[in-house]
Formats: sequence, C-alpha cells, structure tokens
Amino acid sequence: MKNPYLPYPVRIDKIITETEDRNLKTFRFVFLNPEDEEKFSYIPGQFAELSIAGKGESPIGIASSPTEKGHVTFTVNKVGLVTTRLHNMKEGDVMGIRGPLGNWYPWKEMEGKNVVIIGGGFAFTTLRSSIIYMLHPENRSRFKDISVVYGARNPGMLLYKDELAEWEQRDDIHMHITVDGTDDPDWKYNIGFVPTITEQKITSADNAIAIVCGPPIMIKFTQPVLEKVGFPPERIILSLEMRMKCGIGMCGRCNIGDKYVCKDGPVFSLAQLKNMPPEY
Amino acid sequence: MTKKIYTKEEWTEALKGLANTYKIFVPVMEGDFHTFKALDEKKIPDLDFKNTQLSPKSLVYPQSERMFEYTLDENAPDANIIKESEKDYSPQAIVGIRPCDAHAFQIVKPNFDNPEYQDPWWIKRYESTTFVGLGCNDPGPTCFCTSVGGGPFSEKGLDVLLYDLGDTFLVKALTDKGETFLKKTQGGKEADEKALKAGEELAAGAADKIEVKVQTDRLKDKVQTELFDAPFWDDVAFACINCGICTYLCPTCWCFDIQDEVLGKQGDRIRNWDSCMFPLFTLHGSGHNPRSKKVQRVRQRFMHKFKYYVDKYNNGVQCSGCGRCVRNCPVNIDIREICELMNGFLHENQ
Repeated sequence: MKNPYLPYPVRIDKIITETEDRNLKTFRFVFLNPEDEEKFSYIPGQFAELSIAGKGESPIGIASSPTEKGHVTFTVNKVGLVTTRLHNMKEGDVMGIRGPLGNWYPWKEMEGKNVVIIGGGFAFTTLRSSIIYMLHPENRSRFKDISVVYGARNPGMLLYKDELAEWEQRDDIHMHITVDGTDDPDWKYNIGFVPTITEQKITSADNAIAIVCGPPIMIKFTQPVLEKVGFPPERIILSLEMRMKCGIGMCGRCNIGDKYVCKDGPVFSLAQLKNMPPEY
Repeated sequence: MTKKIYTKEEWTEALKGLANTYKIFVPVMEGDFHTFKALDEKKIPDLDFKNTQLSPKSLVYPQSERMFEYTLDENAPDANIIKESEKDYSPQAIVGIRPCDAHAFQIVKPNFDNPEYQDPWWIKRYESTTFVGLGCNDPGPTCFCTSVGGGPFSEKGLDVLLYDLGDTFLVKALTDKGETFLKKTQGGKEADEKALKAGEELAAGAADKIEVKVQTDRLKDKVQTELFDAPFWDDVAFACINCGICTYLCPTCWCFDIQDEVLGKQGDRIRNWDSCMFPLFTLHGSGHNPRSKKVQRVRQRFMHKFKYYVDKYNNGVQCSGCGRCVRNCPVNIDIREICELMNGFLHENQ
C-alpha cells in the first residue's frame, strides 16, 4: 500500500529571493532518488506539501511547469512555522515534498480557446506554471490568444521579473503588468489595481476562459468585471486556499460544503462555487 | 456459520484462552465508567454494561499516533529524511463492542479507504481487528441507532454477535473473520433451536424499546446552500461553549491534526484527533479564518454529519446513534433535535 503521507526526499538546489521585502523566495528542488521525479508527475494548477522534519508541512502551489525537467519549484511567502524555517534554509539542505495534490486548471476545456490569466501578488505561482506550460513549443498551438494581467503592490513585489520582461518581448502572449502604485520614474507598465486594468485590457469573452488567482479582495472586484465583459461563471476559474494538513481529503478541515479544497480543488469554477456554501 | 452457546463463565475463560492468538479488548469498569482495556489476569471483563464512556474508536484510530520518524542529526546519512515507523498489526479483537460503535467504523471507512487514497494505518489496523459485538438487551434513553440505519442487534460492521440470554451467551459468527475467531475459541456447545429462537425474540424486543425516532429521510433532498443559510443555526449554537467533547466522544468523528515533535535530535511526525469546534482548526497562515465564529463551527459539525456526508457518500448519515454527545454535552445540546430541525427545514421558496 502506497503511503500518501510519506514525502519524497529532496535537496534544495537553488534559492532565489523574489521580492524586495525578501519575504518571497523561490525554491528549486531536486529529488534525492531520481525515480521519484517521475512519480511526482503533475499538471499546472496542482500543489504539494513542503515537508520539513521537525517543523511540519505547508501546502504550496507548484510554480514550475511539467515541461521544465529535472527539478520542481515553489515560491513561498514567509508566514508561519514551516515557511519561516524554509526561508532560513540553504542550498544543499534536505527536506521533503509530498504530492502532487489536488486538481488542476481545466486544460482539456481550454484547448482551442483564448486564455485570460489574471493574477495578483504572490498567488501568481501556479499561473507562472501555466504560462510556461502553454508557451512551450509543443503546447502553444493548442491555445489561441493568451492574455495576462498581473499586478503587485509595487514593482519590487512582482515575482519572476526576468521572465515577465521576456514575455513582454514576445508576440504570442499579451502581457499587462501593473502595480498599485510606484515612485519609480522609469516604470514603463501600468499603474492601477488589477480589476481596473482588467476592465481596460480584457474587452472580449468570446471563446475565452479566465483563470483568476489572487487575494480575496482582488477576486471579489475582478469577478464583476469579467461578468460584465461576458464571461459566464462556468468560464471563470478560481484557485482557492485553505488551511490544510493531510492534503488528501481525510483530515477534515479544508471543506467548503461537501467538497475538500485539497482533493476536489483547489481549482473551482465560479459556477461551482455559486452552488457551494460561501465559507472560504 | 458457527453458532454456539457459552455460559458466561465459560466465555470469559475462552477469551483468556485466546491470549496467544489475539490481543483481546474488553469493557472493564474503571472509576465511574466502563472503558475498553486489554484483557489480562488482573482485568475483569464486565459485559453487563450500557456502553463505554469512550467509544472504541481509538483501538483502530488512536487519539495520538506516530506516523513517521526522523533524525535531525546532521552527521547521520539520513538526516532530515522522513521515514515510516515500525508498527504492530498483530490480530486484535474488540469483544463486547456495541452494534452502534461497530456500525460507526463502517460509516468512517470511506473517509480513510476510498478509490483515490488509502490511509495505511487506519486500514491495516481495521483489517487486523475482529469485531465481536454484544447486542443491547436494554437500550438507554439517549440511544437512537434504529433511526440511523442500525439497531440494538444490528450486524453491520460486526464479525461475531453475542446475545445475552441471562446465564448464557448465544454467539454467532457473521463473517469469515468471525468464523476464524470462533474456531480458535475453546469450549461452548452447538447452539440449539431454543437458544436461536430466544436470541431472535430478544433482538425484536430490544428494538421496540427504542422509542425515539429521529427523521433523516429528507436530508438528501435539501439544497446544501439553503440548509447552510437556515435561520436556526444561531439558536442551535447559542449555548455551545465549543468544548469539543462531542467530537472526542463521537465514534464517527474522524478529523485529525498532524504535528512534528522533537526531543533532542530525534523527531516524530504525529497525528492527533482534532475538532471542528476549535478555531485553530481552520485558521489560515494569513490570519483569515473561514470558521472564526462559534456558529460557523457548530453548523459545520451538524452539516457534516447530516448533509455533507449524506451527499458525498450516499451511505446514510454520519452518526451511529450511540447518544454519547447527548449524554455528555455540558449545555445539553441534543443532536437528535438538530437532525429533526435540518430534516424538517423548508426553504422560503418551498
């Protein structure tokens, strides 16, 4: 019997400090047993439990794409016991990863459609995974236009700055990067909250699916904007967060109604959420 | 299937004779209450009891259980690598378990054993356990097993069922596991027609003694979101002090927490029973808490038992009618009344 609670041992291969407040770091992991990499076969939108002996586990979205071989990455905000310990670890340190867990973005449904990605703050991680996945030469033709609205409080709080700059240069993805505000005279992108920029830049819902990830306040105000443009609730896809322990629908805490965010989610359509108790 | 008759003295002796084959757990009077204890020379099994204060849930699903172990010693080659712990899954038998508590394991099973994931510890201990039930001749005033798919002589989840016929036990094997158990049990004699008939009459009479009937038939048809917004939740939760006793005593409550504990360089990952009554159960790292209010937590407990479980598993309600929460709630919240409220709820549009 496979033990679903047992993490794969991994080594921290690389640590990148993402934001100027140093509160967000990206950790690249390599599996200690190479055969585990194949067992950890994931799809963009899924998450995993980062497992540190002596501290515990923390559920984090997978930031790398399955098209990136040889490692798996997570971008982690320093918040509690586990993530604070993780932020103090060094390259070469050994820990665990348990997963992949949960469902994923509706890739089958998204084929042949325009994809609108809307992200705010540090919730951009599984969206990065999705963008890398879609831009991969083997996958790009499966999707039509790709538009991205991504916002952070200020330029220093944006994740993956090098990749954002690279995507800005490409003509097969429309980037709309924004910040809430900045005193940087050289800032060349948008200024404004994500819902406002979405309203300006996303003008059609024709044959399109929107994936929205961000803080609750951003989701709350982006939702009506998308509905106004014509996105039906079935084509607004959200990824939720919850306090989790087991990650496999057994420990009982992450439910919304009879659904567990860890197992039945974290990805839900707005149509699904409208039929669930508003307890999240 | 084997059917035998034992005098009560013979039965106790026969259990002692099984010591080399099974670890036997029996109800024992300790202090003011009955509790399941491993049978040894000093323990006197007392099968003349209503029910144990705590359900035997912990014999399959311990209140605290080591999941993994590890060393933090950086000089060790396996430092920081989480490893499975050695466990003892030798056969055990719970003798005298009441039918409601055996049924409870059946209710809990799909949570720990489903097509997507299997909890290895729960499953292995469940499979190594033989459930030797004792029918209830005299159900108590808080018993309502007959309303939730069970009964005082229900065979659900049992491998063997005992009928207390006064000076003797009629002992019936119900499954292969039970048959094996009885094969290894010495003594007794073949049950005659008279004893079997006495058993049947006893069972029929016992069910009639349970006068409380809780309706659950309309729960399935309710709309989750409407029941969630029902006006009675504030009243239901008003007296609750979130002590959590209901969840700890409940044989069908399964929620747990996972914690790491370290002593020196050695560490364990442990799981402990947890409770939806506590705000920490759902507190996010950000400080946000989807169930920060008492009424939300109380609603969660009852919605889980009588709606979410019903919708998810199509296996009845998540309650075996043992009545422990009714007897022990410090503010007299009665789960039967809340089930009735939910079952009878009509949305304003209906």
